[in-house]
Amino acid sequence: MLENYVPIALFIIVSLAIGLIMPTLGFILGPRKPDEEKNSPYECGFEAFEDARMKFDVRYYLVAILFIIFDLEIAFLFPWAVIFKDAGIFEFVAMLIFLLLLTIGFIYEWKKGALEWE
Amino acid sequence: MVDMSTFIDVAVYLGIILIKILVLVFPLFIVVAYYTLAERKIIGYMQVRVGPNRVGFDAVPGLRRIRGLGQPIADAVKLMFKEIVIPTNANVFLFVIAPVLSFAPAIAAWAVIPFDDGWVVADINVGLLYLLAMTSISVYGVIIAGWASNSKYAFLGSIRSAAQIISYEIAMGFTLVGVVLAAGSLNLSDIVMAQKGSLIHWYWLPLFPLFIIYFISATAETNRAPFDVAEGESEIVAGFHTEYSGMLFAVFFLAEYANMILVSALAVIMFLGGWLSPFEGTILGETILGQHGIVWFLLKTSIFMLLFLWFRATFPRYRYDQIMRLGWKIFIPITLVWIVVEAAAVLANLPPWFVEG
Repeated sequence: MLENYVPIALFIIVSLAIGLIMPTLGFILGPRKPDEEKNSPYECGFEAFEDARMKFDVRYYLVAILFIIFDLEIAFLFPWAVIFKDAGIFEFVAMLIFLLLLTIGFIYEWKKGALEWE
Repeated sequence: MVDMSTFIDVAVYLGIILIKILVLVFPLFIVVAYYTLAERKIIGYMQVRVGPNRVGFDAVPGLRRIRGLGQPIADAVKLMFKEIVIPTNANVFLFVIAPVLSFAPAIAAWAVIPFDDGWVVADINVGLLYLLAMTSISVYGVIIAGWASNSKYAFLGSIRSAAQIISYEIAMGFTLVGVVLAAGSLNLSDIVMAQKGSLIHWYWLPLFPLFIIYFISATAETNRAPFDVAEGESEIVAGFHTEYSGMLFAVFFLAEYANMILVSALAVIMFLGGWLSPFEGTILGETILGQHGIVWFLLKTSIFMLLFLWFRATFPRYRYDQIMRLGWKIFIPITLVWIVVEAAAVLANLPPWFVEG
């Protein structure tokens, strides 16, 4: 049973290794001639800012929070979907109630304007 | 004392898996490399240009189109010998690790993709969940790259890109639930086998809205045109990889193309019957065309890969607020309703959604 996951672990290791080898090759083979201008962050023609980690729009943050809720919802739906062929009306209604609650939340956030990007 | 024979057994066991992995990864790299050439060539012809036609060789005298076949190799060598510039204020460790974080999941996800009956490296029964996990991880690469660069454009590009990717991941997740609902399994081979029968048994027809939404979401997930605001040249230079150069940039580039091929393969497995022959169940079903095989899988995947390029040549770029509106206000409600409709259909034993299996 758990044996099926050995190839997965090995595959992840191999892909990480390939991902690390390529930049390493680049570091070894490429030239290395840093100067102040070259190393400054890209800017359209004027002096670079000291720090670019600035404030950003709260809506991005809101989207991330909403994402967590919906992604969890999907995670809950997966096991339900797998066994649904053998399930009956009870499981269907149970999931309807679950989806209904989330839909109410979705309508609320929609009406509140959380999804507006003008 | 470790028993020597067990040690050898384990080594052989791991060695066989490793060979399987390399047999998969090596062709994948070649496909990725030549996919970039195909993109330039095809978009070139669509815009009445020729595309790259210098690096290469005249395999057949007089057939000049063969020229340009060396382009991916030349690009790879060029990038290999380019300087990797690390900006002054960058966080060096995160800056270097970010491309790896977006590249490794794009490759590792291939572990569960079945190419033919039984042709899969890891035949696990939660394959689709693993794929969802792997595609979710790659968003970290984008965020970390933008943050570590300490450049305004990279930062803006990465938050835009991250918000877009997670928005469309919800719609995409719902379409996956729809497929699981119809197939009754998370194992990708089982999902393909559940579509057995004929062309109209494949899920593209019973789950048509989900199929369309899946592919559009996949385009947005991979940050491809027309959803490529994250690296919209006219707005924020190159987005999250503005500060990347040389091999570090190449790794991001490879990740993007590997992801495009991955979502194409996934679309084929979930909606177009994977390795199943389209002629099954017709008068041609008994001939060689009716045989199932890897050829069909590759052929169907190529069609989706072509669609990605076609989109890029055809559609103008979406505005960011339009992208978010499409994802949240159109796709999520449609998929939510469709899950319920489909569940009701399965409950009522209504074909074609319910197939006794």
